[in-house]
Amino acid sequence: MQTVKVVVTGPFNAGKTEFISSISEIDVVSTEQKITDGSRVVKGRTTVAMDFGRITVDNDLVLYLFGTPGQKRFDFMWDILSEGMLGFVVLVDSARPETFREAKMLLDRFRRYSATPFVIAANKQDVQDAWLPEDMRIALRASSDAKVLSCVATDRDSVKGVLLELLYSILESIAEG
Amino acid sequence: MALKGSLKDFNVTQLFNLINLARKTGSLTIEGSGRKAEVCFKEGRLVYASLNGQDDGLIGMLEKAGKISSEQSLVIRARSKTDADKELGLLLINAGYVTQDDIVQSVRSHTLDVVYLLFTWTDGSFRFEPNRLPAEGAITVPINLENIIMEGSRRVKEYEMLQNELPDLNMALKFTERPDAKLHDINLTVEEWRVISFINPRNTIRQISKANSMPDFKMRRIVYGLLSAGLVELVIPEGPKQAPSASEAVSAPPPVKRSLILRLIDRVKRM
Repeated sequence: MQTVKVVVTGPFNAGKTEFISSISEIDVVSTEQKITDGSRVVKGRTTVAMDFGRITVDNDLVLYLFGTPGQKRFDFMWDILSEGMLGFVVLVDSARPETFREAKMLLDRFRRYSATPFVIAANKQDVQDAWLPEDMRIALRASSDAKVLSCVATDRDSVKGVLLELLYSILESIAEG
Repeated sequence: MALKGSLKDFNVTQLFNLINLARKTGSLTIEGSGRKAEVCFKEGRLVYASLNGQDDGLIGMLEKAGKISSEQSLVIRARSKTDADKELGLLLINAGYVTQDDIVQSVRSHTLDVVYLLFTWTDGSFRFEPNRLPAEGAITVPINLENIIMEGSRRVKEYEMLQNELPDLNMALKFTERPDAKLHDINLTVEEWRVISFINPRNTIRQISKANSMPDFKMRRIVYGLLSAGLVELVIPEGPKQAPSASEAVSAPPPVKRSLILRLIDRVKRM
């Protein structure tokens, strides 16, 4: 049995748990706890260790999805999670520009962890104040060839689209390599 | 008795304020994390500053300020028989290389560069030795501290912002490929042109900074401006890998076959 993994990262409350829940064939194993700091006003519980989802391809191959902890104080987990990943998704709440700086920092950091392909998912596109993916590309200073994709993490088809784009990028990187 | 302590307890702004208000004369040495600076004051006014590893005497200051070329610098160094900047300055003025004003401006600019950098130091130890002044041959330019303190405080805030926006100087830059970018309409300063001339995915920002003898703060500010204007993009440096720190090592992607990814794609499509 071969297992491969994709990491889903993003700022606090970007929608990582929903993203993995939407596509995972098992209930997401989420290690959450009550928030004890100022973040309480945004969200009552947050992921402490990681979200964990699974997609079984066949008897020989399983894809695991790992969500990184949402709060910076758990950043020691990031390099552990990123080891051996096929690629990663940076999930960003399109309606909360105050989190874009952190998203950019996460993107830079994960790119330094591993030279694997990535996509940026502009989540919560169903929210009225959501920024357009192309505007977010500029705000996040993503390079012109980076994929910045529209996403609604609670919608399975939307999540499938993001995951497929990441897999296509991985495929291209193999072809190039 | 020397005034000494830690920057964590008494920061550079507070130190300068104390020296200014008390009209102190003497030398302030700040060191920590492998770096050391010496700043001298006369009756509460800044007169001299030097930073270990970045000082190259008057010639270096004039070259950095663009008053002499690197070729002239080499010739002057080879012919110069004195280490005293005052004496050297007189020789350069008499030989017509520079004017007195060039020298004053260059020394002033160098002194301010060093001092503004100090405002961004948040840890280290300091020691103020009363009545100790620079060596006899050094050129001193008196500068009032009030404006420096205000500008320094402002720069601390800007520095923190730039650190957040551009945390990693080991990234490289490449010119944007946006079709609407109008590079020919852009007006750049001499320093920005210097940076631009080194932009290449093989050069890290840190390397460009070093090649231009530019302090990190100034480099971050220029790169931030170029990024904000959409002229350049951050990229991972190409070419020979630099020795990465253990915590920042870029691991190679796991070896996977195309067939595996195609199976994953097929599975996700069928979901």
